[in-house]
Amino acid sequence: MTVTDLVSYEDALATYEPVMGLEVHVELGTKTKMFCGCATELGAEPNSQTCPTCLGLPGSLPVVNGIAVESAVKIGLALHCEIAEWCRFARKNYFYPDMPKNFQTSQYDEPIAFNGYLDVQLEDGEVFRVEIERAHMEEDTGKSTHVGGATGRIHGAQHSLLDYNRAGIPLIEIVTKPITGAGERAPEVAKAYVAELRELIKALGVSEARMEMGQMRCDVNLSLMPHGSEKFGTRSETKNVNSLRSVERAARFEIMRHAAVLSSGGTIVQETRHFHEEDGSTTSGRIKEEAEDYRYFPEPDLVPVAPARAWVEELRTGLPELPRLRRNRLREEWGVSAHDMQSILNAGAVDLIVATIEAGADAASARKWWMGELSRRANEDGVDLAALPITAEQVARVCALVAEGSLNDKLARQVIEGVLAGEGAPDEVVEKRGLKVVSDEGALGTAVDEAIAANAAIADKIRGGKVAAAGALVGAVMKATRGQADAARVRELILERLGVTE
Amino acid sequence: MPGITREEVAHLARLSRLELKAEELDHFAEQLDVIIGAVARVSDVADEDVPPTSHPLPLTNVMRADEVRPSLTPEEALSGAPAQEQQRFKVPQILGEE
Repeated sequence: MTVTDLVSYEDALATYEPVMGLEVHVELGTKTKMFCGCATELGAEPNSQTCPTCLGLPGSLPVVNGIAVESAVKIGLALHCEIAEWCRFARKNYFYPDMPKNFQTSQYDEPIAFNGYLDVQLEDGEVFRVEIERAHMEEDTGKSTHVGGATGRIHGAQHSLLDYNRAGIPLIEIVTKPITGAGERAPEVAKAYVAELRELIKALGVSEARMEMGQMRCDVNLSLMPHGSEKFGTRSETKNVNSLRSVERAARFEIMRHAAVLSSGGTIVQETRHFHEEDGSTTSGRIKEEAEDYRYFPEPDLVPVAPARAWVEELRTGLPELPRLRRNRLREEWGVSAHDMQSILNAGAVDLIVATIEAGADAASARKWWMGELSRRANEDGVDLAALPITAEQVARVCALVAEGSLNDKLARQVIEGVLAGEGAPDEVVEKRGLKVVSDEGALGTAVDEAIAANAAIADKIRGGKVAAAGALVGAVMKATRGQADAARVRELILERLGVTE
Repeated sequence: MPGITREEVAHLARLSRLELKAEELDHFAEQLDVIIGAVARVSDVADEDVPPTSHPLPLTNVMRADEVRPSLTPEEALSGAPAQEQQRFKVPQILGEE
């Protein structure tokens, strides 16, 4: 691997304006493939979900999946696109074993959706509009395993093994128009765009859009032009950048690399590049084939798709609230800062908190448990928050028990721990573990009297007006009751016994 | 109108990963030229009232319900493969990429 000289990010931005184009592939969550009835289950044994159509055997004919078309229209509408009145599929011909047909069925000059935009919100709240060029339907390729190379990469491999289970799974490719004017924030905009698109896809229910599972993949096109120039520079295309963090890093790296090449009088070669997670760098891939080399032509085996206007309007009416607007609404309802809302989003807690509130909890308590104790546990276990074995209803029940005074925070944590450990619903855990705030005034009074007797010096200080010292006695009572007392009530009793007021 | 050149055939052969001998390049250039010439005659009859046609049937929106149909077994799927390994299609070293 050749060492790439870079110039600093600040120096690059002082001279050049970045121009980006982002291509995102989303694997739809349909039960079957794009053009045949094969299942799309992840993790099935190799070549167990194929048929003559997706294997490209002679005589087989494709038929498009209606739900995939509906999903494409929904995505287009949510991106404020126009929906084609009539469009066709096209064959993209290339010779590579990941497609047994020797072509990918895609759309070329007649995408189903075009001319839209997506507003994305940066961390500081600034809204940036990303224009959408098109969204089109196509199909995924098979999975190659390269054997004999040093690192499982294609380079140096002796031969390759193909599993066609993924070949033919519906994909929607969403392409932005050139993104200009983002300046130094270009990498941040790229990340925010992919993040917002992912939220949108999830809200539409057309895909889980899990990047780590390859259900959503991003190519980052980037070029630089000198400030004041109108003419875009030559771009590089960094392929398969598959996490939000990587999208930002890849854009940043390419800005620094392009600037170094251009500043030293060199020229950028139009090529694909590979992104490396380890150090955030990119390395040269292949020189981009010209579009005409794909010899696109209309797919004769599939009839045109002509979405009826009434159907499109029906789908438009059924669209969910856009995620960014929903987050802003929730942020106001919950009374949290933009920064806190971002953390909630990053933690994957938005829907969980909403469900907990719907189950009766107040916003502050719901947020506290999901973002505190439960986030900590999810982190420790290395799982998503939503994957924890506790439901929103159960968290709401814990909140209710705290609100009515049956539990204090410390006990509530133990209840949650019990639920996570599979000991049952919150009330069962309370019962089994004997976790109840001691509200018996007699028992509490005895504990308070004992604490005062055992800490005479502190009691004297409090009598003398040092109310702040009461904390030590509260602590002693809590310890004596193994945390099962209501601390506020204990404090009241102590002050009452010692004849002082706050 | 210039015919199909040797270079164009060589380019197509590269895209198709076909290895052609020098005399084959000439041979196919001639043949392809005849084929394209024949197809090009269609343009002679095209007029403003004859729109380009990609499909002979006046159909649109032929769609399938999203319902799983039986797939082939892996054995059936691989039965025509010249080579296989680990229940996968085995293909020769992929050259000229990356």
